[in-house]
Amino acid sequence: MRALSRLLRLRNTSSTSRPSRCRHIRQYSSAVATARLNNSVDYSTTPLLNHTSQQCLSNPELPEHIRKSKTKRINLFQSVNEAMREALMTDERVLVFGEDVQFGGVFRCSLNLAEDFGTERVFNTPLSEQGLVGFAIGAASEGMRPIAEIQFADYVYPAFDQLINECSKVRYRAGSTGMHCGGVVVRMPTGGVGHGALYHSQSPESLFTHVPGLRVVIPRSPVQAKGLLLAAVACNDPVIFMEPKILYRAAVEQVPVDGYTLPLDKAEILKSGSDLTIISYGTPLYTCNAAIEAAEKDLGCSVELIDLRTIYPWDRETVLKSVKKTGRAIVVHESMTNAGVGAEVAATIQEGAFLSLEAPVKRVAGWACHTGLIFEKFIIPDVTRVYDAIKKTLDY
Amino acid sequence: MSLRYGARSIRPRRNLYAPACFNPSQAPSIARSWQRWSSVAESPASERVLFPGALKSKFTNDLAFIRPAELEAIPTYRVMNQDGVVIDETRDLGTTDEEALTLYRKMICLSVMDLIMFEAQRQGRLSFYMVSTGEEGITIGSSSALDPSDVVFAQYREAGVLMERGFTLDQFMNQFFSNCKDFGKGRNMPVHFGSRELNVHTISSTLATQIPHSSGAAYALKMQAKLNPDLPGRIACCYFGEGAASEGDFHGALNIAATRACPVIFLCRNNGFAISTPTSDQYRGDGVASRGAGYGIDTIRVDGNDIFAVRQAIKEARREALADGGKPILVEAMAYRIGHHSTSDDSFAYRQKVEVEDWKRRDNPITRLRKWLEGRGLWDEAKEKELRSKVRKEILVAFDKAEKEKKPALKHAFSDVWENFTEEQKSQMEELRSVLERYPEEYDIEQYEGGLDSLKEDLKQ
Repeated sequence: MRALSRLLRLRNTSSTSRPSRCRHIRQYSSAVATARLNNSVDYSTTPLLNHTSQQCLSNPELPEHIRKSKTKRINLFQSVNEAMREALMTDERVLVFGEDVQFGGVFRCSLNLAEDFGTERVFNTPLSEQGLVGFAIGAASEGMRPIAEIQFADYVYPAFDQLINECSKVRYRAGSTGMHCGGVVVRMPTGGVGHGALYHSQSPESLFTHVPGLRVVIPRSPVQAKGLLLAAVACNDPVIFMEPKILYRAAVEQVPVDGYTLPLDKAEILKSGSDLTIISYGTPLYTCNAAIEAAEKDLGCSVELIDLRTIYPWDRETVLKSVKKTGRAIVVHESMTNAGVGAEVAATIQEGAFLSLEAPVKRVAGWACHTGLIFEKFIIPDVTRVYDAIKKTLDY
Repeated sequence: MSLRYGARSIRPRRNLYAPACFNPSQAPSIARSWQRWSSVAESPASERVLFPGALKSKFTNDLAFIRPAELEAIPTYRVMNQDGVVIDETRDLGTTDEEALTLYRKMICLSVMDLIMFEAQRQGRLSFYMVSTGEEGITIGSSSALDPSDVVFAQYREAGVLMERGFTLDQFMNQFFSNCKDFGKGRNMPVHFGSRELNVHTISSTLATQIPHSSGAAYALKMQAKLNPDLPGRIACCYFGEGAASEGDFHGALNIAATRACPVIFLCRNNGFAISTPTSDQYRGDGVASRGAGYGIDTIRVDGNDIFAVRQAIKEARREALADGGKPILVEAMAYRIGHHSTSDDSFAYRQKVEVEDWKRRDNPITRLRKWLEGRGLWDEAKEKELRSKVRKEILVAFDKAEKEKKPALKHAFSDVWENFTEEQKSQMEELRSVLERYPEEYDIEQYEGGLDSLKEDLKQ
């Protein structure tokens, strides 16, 4: 089961970094020759990534001293690695563990950490998700800052009881004793990867956004991953940190070399617009961006794109302000529509921006089915579906 | 160790990052853990093949299954018999007369509190209760053998641990009545205690979830002792019943505690029943103790009605848990659940009253220690009567005081979910306040500390 991951990585690389080959060799995530909208995302030119050091350092969310510092070009797994390295270096309470973490992790996120910080701080656990998450809660309850890894978000369910009945409730039930397990960060690769089928492509974030006491974070890029992961480690609330695994190698950008944090309660407006707001997070942001580029060209509209970043508690203010301005909204995510994050966002918009709405809030999300291997590209929202949603919402 | 990647050569250690918290003494162990087995078979004539999964296994020509039913059951360690007579007088009891008297008084106090609170629940004065009858020896005995700095994770039938550690009668009553002085701010059901001061983590109703917590906490204590060698060694002690040991968390916890060498005592209270389920429906092996060996964990079974045996076993287990850098120990303490499972249970629906009466009369931890004390001339009927009446009065005073206290402030329904109130919570508190203001006759707000004001005030936790 876990051995699959190496396979996933290899395929992921070939289909994303060399899109030109797709026409000659049949790839799982290749584009159709006639496609105008559904082309592979070109991560080397997307405006969602910082291709120059200057772009990266102009980010006003970065602390002043970071904005004057150096950057380097790394991908998402390397930025997760950098964040954990920084956390291990600056805080002796930090532990990093999970299944196959010691040799570097099946996605290379913990590469070289065991060698540099010792196997007492970076180590393998037995193959038991409930065991290792329970272990993390106990260690945090006694003052450590554990970063636990679930190898795939699809395998988090054995630890569900520990996360929902324990992790999220420790502070509340402890009351004035002040005991808590803040400091727990549970990392997990999430989302579709083109050929992950039923158990290597799930996006279970909405199962956690229904739980008070947890924070759910999904970064879209290396810069975000590093800053948000370091903020998660520093945060005194337990954090579920979901890393879009298709971006591990695909998303490459300039990232500050030093450690920095990004806010855990703020959405980010990636592109401003005046006719429609698209709210999304993680991988679909790239899909949305491609759809917006095509729609703006074809339809002459102006679309605002918002990255939620923190899925719960989430930044309602930024979203409502945007929808009040544009009057139209679409929510996009990979997991299925019913009771997904989109349901919460759409309901909140309906409550908070009712008088501004000029069209129903549209949800573009996974269908009510499992991710059958050969059907993935029909199930996970693609550029065409987002493009069509923009068109329909504007035409309403 | 991951064998799949075992062939990886050892990378020369990089010294680019040499932070203060990097421990150079670990370098050899890292190298060792990544080395590949030198070969699969040592020689053609070897009696063993070095299968990585079982290095010490020899070949055999006998086709023989291991049959647990044919193995001798793990013996139960005891120090004194049912009549309170110490079996081997030459060995040190490990408990002085004064300590024995203190333990006895605490057991009596717990059993009197159980009687009163059980009755109070029957009168509808509190919502729920669980007695410890028959298991006072395990909780009070084991707790007295731990260091007060050791960290405790409990299931729910361990009020004796808190009592032994110094949880006061007032603190017990505040918890039972969910009043404004309850550490849990009135959020938990009765008997779900916790105390930072006493190093007892708050009890949750979910069974066995605390077992992997204790492994993780023990690992934290071990790491902290490494970082600061001046600190005395501490262990974690985790309590659970034999029913909870069927949960997956038991398995996950013992396995990770063994592989990470965590200084933790897993203390199973095997009292014969999980609500109505007898042990014959719970497991078919030799109790819980027989599982320890499978995890590579040193294990002992002890007579839970013999407080001296419990104390000796836990003292030794604690010493061993801290030796050689730390390791887990499994202790199975045998008992009989004399009381009902809880106030929501009538145990005579699934077991004979006569059986319970028999255990009550024949053997329980309190009468056994009393017999020993009387045998030493340290106790008599007059002292017993005096103690019981004194304890009863103290409990009733605390009971009345706690019952009269106000309930915790309404804002505590929302506080402590996260470290700080979220924007969403603030708007919901405002919404609740508005409803309470407009429908005052529908709610009893005055019994909550601060009334409506707690939802109005500056929302700092």
